[in-house]
Amino acid sequence: MTESVPKRHPRTTLGTVILNAPYTLWAAVFIVVPLAIVAYYAFTDVNGAFTLENIKALGDYKETFIISIWYSLIATAITLILAYPFAFFMSRAKVSRQKFMMMLVMLPMWMNLLIRTYSWMLILEKNGIINNLLGMVGIDEIKMIGTPGAVILGMVYNYLPYMILPIYTVMSKIDPSLYEAAEDLGCGTWQKLRRVVLPLSLPGVISGITMVFVPSISTFYISYKLGGGKVQLIGDAIERQIQSAGNYNLGSSLSLILMVFILISLAVMNKFSDNDGGIVV
Amino acid sequence: MSESIANKKTIIDLRDIVVEFDGERVLDGLNLTIRDGEFVTLLGSSGCGKTTTLRVIGGFLQPTNGSVLFEDKEMSGVPPYQRPVNTIFQRYALFPHYNVYDNIAFGLKVKKIPKDVIREKVTEMLRLVNLEGFEKKNVTKLSGGQQQRVAIARAVINEPKVLLLDEPLAALDLKLRKDMQAELKNIQKKLGITFIYVTHDQEEALSMSDTVVVMNEGRVQQIGKPTDIYNEPENAFVADFIGESNIIDGVMEKDFVARFSGHTFTCLDQGFDPMEPVDVVVRPEDVDIVPEAMGQLPGKITAVTFRGVHFEIIVDVGGFKWMIQTTDEHHEGEDVWLYIEPDAIHIMKKSKYSGMYGDYSSYSDEHDALSVVDDEEEVE
Repeated sequence: MTESVPKRHPRTTLGTVILNAPYTLWAAVFIVVPLAIVAYYAFTDVNGAFTLENIKALGDYKETFIISIWYSLIATAITLILAYPFAFFMSRAKVSRQKFMMMLVMLPMWMNLLIRTYSWMLILEKNGIINNLLGMVGIDEIKMIGTPGAVILGMVYNYLPYMILPIYTVMSKIDPSLYEAAEDLGCGTWQKLRRVVLPLSLPGVISGITMVFVPSISTFYISYKLGGGKVQLIGDAIERQIQSAGNYNLGSSLSLILMVFILISLAVMNKFSDNDGGIVV
Repeated sequence: MSESIANKKTIIDLRDIVVEFDGERVLDGLNLTIRDGEFVTLLGSSGCGKTTTLRVIGGFLQPTNGSVLFEDKEMSGVPPYQRPVNTIFQRYALFPHYNVYDNIAFGLKVKKIPKDVIREKVTEMLRLVNLEGFEKKNVTKLSGGQQQRVAIARAVINEPKVLLLDEPLAALDLKLRKDMQAELKNIQKKLGITFIYVTHDQEEALSMSDTVVVMNEGRVQQIGKPTDIYNEPENAFVADFIGESNIIDGVMEKDFVARFSGHTFTCLDQGFDPMEPVDVVVRPEDVDIVPEAMGQLPGKITAVTFRGVHFEIIVDVGGFKWMIQTTDEHHEGEDVWLYIEPDAIHIMKKSKYSGMYGDYSSYSDEHDALSVVDDEEEVE
């Protein structure tokens, strides 16, 4: 496995082989081998004998899968709705303002995921900041932590930058004179959006959706903390099988099926944007 | 402008237009009247306000002050898509996600015109710009000239009353530019609509337009027919900007008599105060080198450059360097006599541009080459 240097490139020389060697080695040891191990565990039992039991057991997790997909779809949709107009105004703003807006987007990412998630817990808790404020004005406390809403909020908050950045990147490359041309040819604001901005920003939207959907569907920490243990997603199921139950085989088969699902979604997304040679992941 | 156009009705009237960006005046009280069917060129170097004027007419820019009238209707606050104009942008601004057909059909699709009508009109446009058979082509794969044609078709299909062209040929090479000049002029004649054309290329302006508007520092310097602009420049700036000019300090002694370079000349100009200081313009091709007996001004040749059709000769006359274009060969260091016909002398009132242009003292090939580079940069 260590010598999987691509051969189809016409100018493969000893030099390129040597230059590629570190990454090839890295990819082999840390990507290919672990995947092989996951596959091995998924199709064997505790004694290492071949079995399909782990795959059959996935039937019990049907609901978890559906909830995971459903929550990630909702989270992705919300991030898209929030990110798209923001990215548009950002791309049209003055350069100095663009930099400032970019900083606002990046700021939360400078903090650790754990800290961000704990902060949300403080805000949403039974005795948290929001409920305290509500209590002060005499409104009964609202149960927020431990609800699906809190989990989706966590996903949206964490992955929003991954939606904004690719859309913004694509939009900022659109020649502003195209907007003027559209206006010149009779487009009002709405027509301009539909006929010029949307189609030209589609590659950014598609890569944004991919970059939010994929981590959302496999997330486990956010759902565990903000879901208060009541919301279980695939990521949590995998974590529990491997960490707590010690069932590496079932954990691996869950991981494997999740990977297959993600690969299929990526292929579908690529199909949407293949006219311009792939997405900007 | 030709008689037929002079009689046509006014289509656009710009009154006292002021445009300021961050406190800086880009247009400084611009007045301009444009008639129906006229080919008007706004000519000037970069930063003179010509593109800004076009954007004000197109509605992409609201003037700080002044009014824009289309057929006597006030246009302030009217967005670009409600104005009877279409624009050809500097880099064409074709939609990369549409093919040739959809680019040209764009304006009609927005207006929800029936499909079969659109097809008919697009076909007609493709014929007009010589792009039949290009319907399905990707616009980003076309050559500059072909993109230019798509841009023309995409604008003209909407049957605008006025077409605005912002340096449309700047990105093309010289040969193609000449062809497109002729073609644009043809299209304008065929359609009979008003063209407002922005360029920094004086040759382009002179050869294509009915009317040339020379602009500088956000103001109109002169408006007129190309021949008037060339033969009777209003001030030193115009004289220098359009072609080559010798601009000399002089005095108008009385009607038809001007004194400059230490000699008294007969000319055809009148209406100046007695002894009024003036700027005198003499085009290099109008100065003759003659035998001493006929000569008016003595000088010494300091440089000779062969230009193909003619020689460009710099003659030092009492410290002022004249440029002369002649087909006769002369040599550096020769002492010569110059002669100027009365109708070759053009007298201008003194202006703020007096003394800034028209002396070839610093003239050399190197200097010339440098100014060509400047021109290239102005395309931006």
